[in-house]
Amino acid sequence: MSWLDKIVPNVVRSEGKKRTSSKVPEGLWKKCAKCAAVLYRPELERNLDVCPKCDHHMRIGARKRLGVFLDEEDREELAADVLPTDRLKFKDVKKYKDRLTSAQKATGEKDALVAMRGTLKGMPVVAVAFEFAFHGGSMGYAVGERFTRAAQVALEENIPLVCFSATGGARMQEALISLMQMAKTSAVIERLKLQGTPYISVMTDPVYGGVSASLALLGDINTAEPGARAGFAGPAIIEQTIRQKLPKGFQRSEFLLEHGAIDLIIHRKDMREKLAGLLAKFTNQSAA
Amino acid sequence: MNLNYLDFEQPIAELEAKIEELQLVGSDNDLNITEEISKLREKSTKLTEGIYSDLSPWQIVQVARHPQRPYTSDYIKRMFTDWDELHGDRHFGDDNAIIGGVARLDGKPVMVIGQEKGRSVNEKVSRNFGMPKPEGYRKALRLMEMAERFKMPVLTLIDTPGAYPGIDSEERGISEAIAQNLAVMSRLRTPIICTVIGEGSSGGALAIGVGDQLNMLQYSTYFVISPEGCANIIWKTVEKAPLAAEAMGVTSSVLQELGIVDETIPEPLGGAHRDLDLVAERLKASLVRQVDELSSQSLDDLLEARYKRLMSYGN
Repeated sequence: MSWLDKIVPNVVRSEGKKRTSSKVPEGLWKKCAKCAAVLYRPELERNLDVCPKCDHHMRIGARKRLGVFLDEEDREELAADVLPTDRLKFKDVKKYKDRLTSAQKATGEKDALVAMRGTLKGMPVVAVAFEFAFHGGSMGYAVGERFTRAAQVALEENIPLVCFSATGGARMQEALISLMQMAKTSAVIERLKLQGTPYISVMTDPVYGGVSASLALLGDINTAEPGARAGFAGPAIIEQTIRQKLPKGFQRSEFLLEHGAIDLIIHRKDMREKLAGLLAKFTNQSAA
Repeated sequence: MNLNYLDFEQPIAELEAKIEELQLVGSDNDLNITEEISKLREKSTKLTEGIYSDLSPWQIVQVARHPQRPYTSDYIKRMFTDWDELHGDRHFGDDNAIIGGVARLDGKPVMVIGQEKGRSVNEKVSRNFGMPKPEGYRKALRLMEMAERFKMPVLTLIDTPGAYPGIDSEERGISEAIAQNLAVMSRLRTPIICTVIGEGSSGGALAIGVGDQLNMLQYSTYFVISPEGCANIIWKTVEKAPLAAEAMGVTSSVLQELGIVDETIPEPLGGAHRDLDLVAERLKASLVRQVDELSSQSLDDLLEARYKRLMSYGN
């Protein structure tokens, strides 16, 4: 520990770090986390944040995700009035309430899921996306409730639901309320299924824990972006339990495909085309 | 009986040891010693009452994990008659971490499903310490769907440290197995009553925990992540597990307040392992009453109420 670390209080230090990562523009260049290529940011963005050198799919925020997925016109945000709650008055080294406030400031989102009604190549759809930068995309009441309300709209209007997940799992700070969101979201998905309203789950890096064990694997179509990691237990937990190294590529989307957990892997640049094509067939419409 | 006292029960253990000693000495029917023993017994009961009237959440976690805590098989023996265990998921194998089968509750056919941790070392290993793999949850699903066809209420007994975190578990789709159970249980056309009898840990517990009624035994626990896991993430050490247990509200009293748990079944003084017959009798009485209540409703009403209940979580 350096002398500076010793004199600056913990809280200030971590707050400071967050601010640099989220607020200060990183400039025109970004280094790919996978191949270390230095990439020109505007070009990277044109490429939907996929590394042009190695095809690494970088994480993107919820709004950006829905922005590049839905048609530009006629978008309407759903369930934005659903806000996080702190029923347990959870407190560890910090109050959960304060963690929420700083996550809200850092991301500009009220919680870790954004839901919208819009169109995909002219087809009405409801689409939701997880915001991983908000508390690790974890699911508590607000995420579960927003997902459920969005799914209710899909159910009532009989239009397809698409979910882009990116999450560490259920949110600890809401304890059993978070766990019960798994049951809640699964129940509404089951109603879509019984009605024959298509639900497509797209897993993007990473999808773990309670979200993986509920809404993310209940799609009529389960799909994932290339190289996305998804599983129930995190690799560290598994290694600790079985005391052996995990095989290469374990829990990546290619692994999931090989083991029959997902239907197909979809490259980000093909996402609109592919999902529109699938949904058009499921809803018996001509190709867009 | 050697009761395997927990750390916080040490004062009780010491008193009980003294009583035992006196009993050995006083085998010659000495009146004074008999009197002394009954005094000490009274003191021991008072002491136990004192300690148990103010258990911390972490202490309750320890009671819920007590090595002598009654398991699913113990309750099956005491609460039901005509028990037939049924095996296998029809796809891959049979998972001993989950027991399932048909039996009679007060004469009525029911489907019983529960996790089983195992008592002896060998049994613990064969039951994977109560940590089910996908085939366990798929066996449970198969049995639940069978119960629906034959109009039997489903009674689940929850007691698991969690779904098994292993390579094979992931390869065979543990997430999908859990998710599928949640989805199907939300609309299964037969009453479902779930009871946490020991440790209800996360998705691995919930995968047999969606239904019309959720009971908890008084000293059982239910959490989204184990207190140790939570402590490890937040404080970077398992030593803080007691704080994590406190913060997460893992006990029936908190969960009943949150509207998640419907009924708490009182345990004998000192925990279920002190009087297994009594706690089984109490749980059975609750289950008989709940099956009657739920069976008197039309299936449509039952399912609508179940859906509403699921939708209300967190509101």
